[in-house]
Amino acid sequence: MADTLTKAGDAKAPPSKTEPVLDVRGLKTQFFTDAGIVRAVDGVSFKVGAGETLGIVGESGSGKTMAAMSLMRLLEDPARIVAGEVLFQGRDVLKMTDKELRALRGDGIAMVFQDPMSALNPVLRIAKQLAEIMVVHGKFDERQALDRSVSLLGRMGITAPERAVQSYPHQFSGGMRQRVMLAMGFSNDPVLLLADEPTTALDVTIQAQILDLISELNRDFGAAIVLISHNLGAIASVCTRVIVMYAGEVVEEGPSQAILSDPRHPYTWALINAVPRIDRHVAGEKRLVTIEGVPPDPLDYPKGCRFAARCPFRIAKCDEHPELEEIAPGRLTRCWVTQAGEPLPKPETTKDALPETESRVDIAPASSAAAVNGKKAEPILEVRGLVKHFPLPRDTFFGAQRVVHAIDGVDLELARGETVGLVGESGCGKSTLARLVARIHEPTDGEIRFEGTDIANAPQSVIRPLRRRMQMVFQDPYSSLNPRMTVAEILAEPLNFHGVTRSGAETKARIAELLATVGLAAKSAERFPHEFSGGQRQRISIARALAVRPDFVIADEPISALDVNIQAQIINLLIDLREKFGLTYLFIAHDLAVVRHISDRIVVLYLGKVAEVAPADALFDAPLHPYTRYLISAVPIPDPDAEKQRPRLPLVGEPPSAIDPPSGCRFRTRCPIAQAICAEVPPPLTAHRNGHFAACHFPGQF
Amino acid sequence: MPRYIVSRIGAALVMALLATLVVFLISNTVPGDPVLAQLGDIAASNKEFLAEWRAKWGLDLPLWQRYLIFLKGLFHGDLGISISSQRPVLEDIRSYAPATIELATVSFILSILIGVPLGIMAAVKRDSWIDHVARFISLIGVSSPTFWLAFIMLALFYGELQIAPGPGRLDAIAIAPEPITGLLLIDCLITGDWATLRDAAAHLVLPSIVLAAATLGLVTRTTRAAMLDSLSQEYVRVARAKGLKERRIVVGHVLPNALIPVVTLGGLAYAQLLTGAVLTETIFSWPGLGRYTFRSAAALDFPAIMGITLVVAITYLVINLLIDISYAILDPRVVR
Amino acid sequence: MTVVDQSTAASVIDNVKPLLSKRRRQLRRYFLPGLGLAIVLVWILIAVCAPLIAPYAPDIVDVTKRLKPPSAQHWLGTDSLGRDVFSRLLYGARVSLFTGFVVVLVGAAIGTLAGGIAAYARGRTEELIMRLTDLVLCFPPIILALAIAAALGIGTTNTIIAMLVVWWPKFARLARSLVIVQRSQEYVEAAIVVGLKPSRILLRHIIPNSVGPLIVLVTLDVGNAIITFAGLSFLGLGVVPPTPEWGSMVAEGRELVDQWWVATFPGIAILTIVLGFNFFGDGVRDWLDPKSRRR
Repeated sequence: MADTLTKAGDAKAPPSKTEPVLDVRGLKTQFFTDAGIVRAVDGVSFKVGAGETLGIVGESGSGKTMAAMSLMRLLEDPARIVAGEVLFQGRDVLKMTDKELRALRGDGIAMVFQDPMSALNPVLRIAKQLAEIMVVHGKFDERQALDRSVSLLGRMGITAPERAVQSYPHQFSGGMRQRVMLAMGFSNDPVLLLADEPTTALDVTIQAQILDLISELNRDFGAAIVLISHNLGAIASVCTRVIVMYAGEVVEEGPSQAILSDPRHPYTWALINAVPRIDRHVAGEKRLVTIEGVPPDPLDYPKGCRFAARCPFRIAKCDEHPELEEIAPGRLTRCWVTQAGEPLPKPETTKDALPETESRVDIAPASSAAAVNGKKAEPILEVRGLVKHFPLPRDTFFGAQRVVHAIDGVDLELARGETVGLVGESGCGKSTLARLVARIHEPTDGEIRFEGTDIANAPQSVIRPLRRRMQMVFQDPYSSLNPRMTVAEILAEPLNFHGVTRSGAETKARIAELLATVGLAAKSAERFPHEFSGGQRQRISIARALAVRPDFVIADEPISALDVNIQAQIINLLIDLREKFGLTYLFIAHDLAVVRHISDRIVVLYLGKVAEVAPADALFDAPLHPYTRYLISAVPIPDPDAEKQRPRLPLVGEPPSAIDPPSGCRFRTRCPIAQAICAEVPPPLTAHRNGHFAACHFPGQF
Repeated sequence: MPRYIVSRIGAALVMALLATLVVFLISNTVPGDPVLAQLGDIAASNKEFLAEWRAKWGLDLPLWQRYLIFLKGLFHGDLGISISSQRPVLEDIRSYAPATIELATVSFILSILIGVPLGIMAAVKRDSWIDHVARFISLIGVSSPTFWLAFIMLALFYGELQIAPGPGRLDAIAIAPEPITGLLLIDCLITGDWATLRDAAAHLVLPSIVLAAATLGLVTRTTRAAMLDSLSQEYVRVARAKGLKERRIVVGHVLPNALIPVVTLGGLAYAQLLTGAVLTETIFSWPGLGRYTFRSAAALDFPAIMGITLVVAITYLVINLLIDISYAILDPRVVR
Repeated sequence: MTVVDQSTAASVIDNVKPLLSKRRRQLRRYFLPGLGLAIVLVWILIAVCAPLIAPYAPDIVDVTKRLKPPSAQHWLGTDSLGRDVFSRLLYGARVSLFTGFVVVLVGAAIGTLAGGIAAYARGRTEELIMRLTDLVLCFPPIILALAIAAALGIGTTNTIIAMLVVWWPKFARLARSLVIVQRSQEYVEAAIVVGLKPSRILLRHIIPNSVGPLIVLVTLDVGNAIITFAGLSFLGLGVVPPTPEWGSMVAEGRELVDQWWVATFPGIAILTIVLGFNFFGDGVRDWLDPKSRRR
């Protein structure tokens, strides 16, 4: 079956190696809004060779998605392509008639979109959505299309494809839907596949599966691939060549290996160094390299270099707009500094001193080290046998009550001054655990001791005074601030409620102090949340948590909604604050590299249960639970060489449903070393080394 | 799917039972003694006769026992005796229902046949002249008072231009066919009485347009909004990226999603047409349930009002049930 | 920032429609809502100042002048009792606007409270309140109003009570869904973590962020209530004669096909005021809905 799927004897004449499949020249796409013209794509040129893999990297707003949409003319009002050529196999896509364009879409060029949850039509069967694209281009009749749909789904790694084609999209998880989208993309043997952030909405283990699949498909089908992503690691694992976009322009272009190891544009340099590397951890090295500020306003770009305002290597000449120039064979950069051909320096982390506005005396910052060494200080938080079941709405009038086993017997201990990272796939219960500890939710069973007081089932009146010492930072900077309150009102609320400040003047002073602490201007106080960027909002959210001078802060994925560079800024801020105020963090994230970077100890959660607990380094150096090993190996590394040397362990399947979790060990359904006992006896969380616990019948044997 | 339907039917039955309770409570607790209303002052002043009468109708029993008796009666189709017509209420309703069903169905078909295509075109060609026309029609439709529209129509087409027949279902001289279904159009078709068919159809024109006006407005508006929402979804962009024709995208991808809210609205609108034709029927002297309701209310004919209210509530429940079931067919996500 | 004439927004692709200029887009966006607001304000002004503007008292009967067509003395003619239709029309705005606002505002208040409580209490209370709305919603407004009016007697107050019985559930449903959406927002969780009491969270956080759609429903619904009340009045249930009211004015003129002015003008009055509320309400909805604000 596989043979019929690969590209063999295709009618489309394979273009010669020298001639590019896609040649984009001076593409300009603009939005005509009431506020003015947004220059989303501002003169972009690049080529894609036959069968080549090209990555496009950039942060949100850099124009990378708009560029991809422009290639297939999928833009909607008020966006317009105002200049340029898009030559696909020598023909200009922008000059095509509607009919020619339709013939091209889905046939010569196919596209995979970012959000697999909304990309499939919810009321149509998979079979219809897949067969349609084959029939409409006249290559297959209905019967053949259906057969091919089944074999394509099988090729994409979907089990029981005969049944799957008869399903509806909602019966599939995100990862499965992205496989369907890929099947759709490859159904007419396209010459070029555009993949716009295809793994951004997915978990790290699923992301690894999809990236591997894309690489394989590139090899087997021979289609050229343009992969758009903000994730350098994802790009490095698939693409041989990369272009970097910033403020609507290409700022750097070259082979992935060369760019990632030796960036020649300061923006690329900053991008690479802002990401903590899972494979290159330096003990004690905590601050990440960040660049200040935000990208320029696309309504009004500066005349000179668009990156100059944020550039650490700025020179006088940067007031003039640089062109994209070749600096070495195959390498181009848009920078005055590196034009002569010299590399940028290796980063040295400079520790920015925080403004000394805080008067509070620090609590021994050394305690974090103490916790790692097992000399347990008195714990600030103790969780025992915590259980949370969410009832599902009843199916039928007399149906049995079913529950989601969100958290199913979790033990956790945090020493004062320690940072504990909590990781796991989405749906593993990590956010629920955070909300239980913060007592936003009430647990079904178990104990939560905060500084000795059991708050598990205590009424809010008992918990209320404790909230001064325990605060939380939320995930979504867009929904975690009340849009109808000014920043001053948001920050004043906890101050007034807990009587931290006694007079208006005092409150005002404290707000100014808080804003300075998180690195915001004092005049921000009078503004509303929507006037801030995502990163700035997250700073406000942190300021609100700090307002009452807590000892313990729960951070629920505080950086996952942010761009790489802003992520680094927030991580640095959290680290600085920890050192300054002796904070204890429960830090939740799905990004393992970030968790490793910031945490003393790490807890791995799988389907509502703790799989493994260990000091950060021990966990990464010698994981005991098979699931942990998979998680670590799934993280893509932004270094093609290192990526090649690393064994990629393919974790098959998807997490089972938390409504009806597997018996015994919950991981057994996906575990390669599972045996009979795993289905019968749930493995207890036992200590194996100093401070290293794992819940596995065969620890370290994988 | 069967489980879902069974659960919906179960819920509807519970609601129906509650509806009977509401009707029972209104009719048994309202100010104004029903005895007084039914016997008249003279009979009510006779204590002995009153007690005997109360006992005969079970009015001396506690409320819950009376409710059970009421329910038992309902099971046998007993809705009480209408005071004005002195006939069982159920029989009255049965004789008036066909006229209403006929009018409501014609209006419903009219508003769906015009409203849905208009809404679709308005959304697909957003901001074009057809969109403006659709918005104008729907706004006028929902904003004009039915009773006034009925008056204008009658005054203009019957009174002034004399191109439409007057009120009623048939001309005074026409002979109605032997009732088979009670629906004149269908009865005429069955008996092959073409003259009466034309007459009945002509009489339907004005009232059905009047009745359809508001519904048409709502259907157009809802269809347009649902289409716009569906058009802005990501799967439309995906369909374009597949190389499908715009027409095929609209029919094959956008419409199946947009129809879901339209079906809900359509069902509710039909229920409203069936039950809410009081004003139109009164003005057009249409011998249907609406006019019967109005007359009963004016005459304070309590058994009749309660009977109608109950029948209407149950019609609503049945239509809601049908909406739920069609949901399960249209939207695969509904059935777990 | 330089002003760009966007009507000339060039595209390299030939067959795309040109975009409208900024001015035309804004005109299109604000014209109808503005018109609607103007109509509503004018009618409110008329209702308030009716005694000052009206050329005649609304209830002066003069049989000698009955059923006169529109003229210089009687702009909109006279009715069968010789009363000035124009004056009665102006006074009629009072009843219609009053009942419209009372029914919708009180209905919205009751409904919002019930829906808010349902969403906040959850569990049995929620189930009870929501089943109650289901129950009320399966009785159509006019029939239930007829039944209640028949039970309570005729009169403006009783009709308003009857309408309220059927009016609150839609607000309850909307309010409940809005509060449920807001409850799961992270800023509400943040308020819980701060330690705020439920009442303050409801008043300071949830309600201010839920009012938008409620305001839209209220504006769109006043017209609806006016039509329904006029319909009940038309049937003789609303106001007690001789109070001037549009629905009953149409009823008085419904047999007078040749004296068309008696019934036509009150109907036009209802039409304009309801259109006004609909235009304005649509504008408010577009303005509050971020999706349609995009363009």
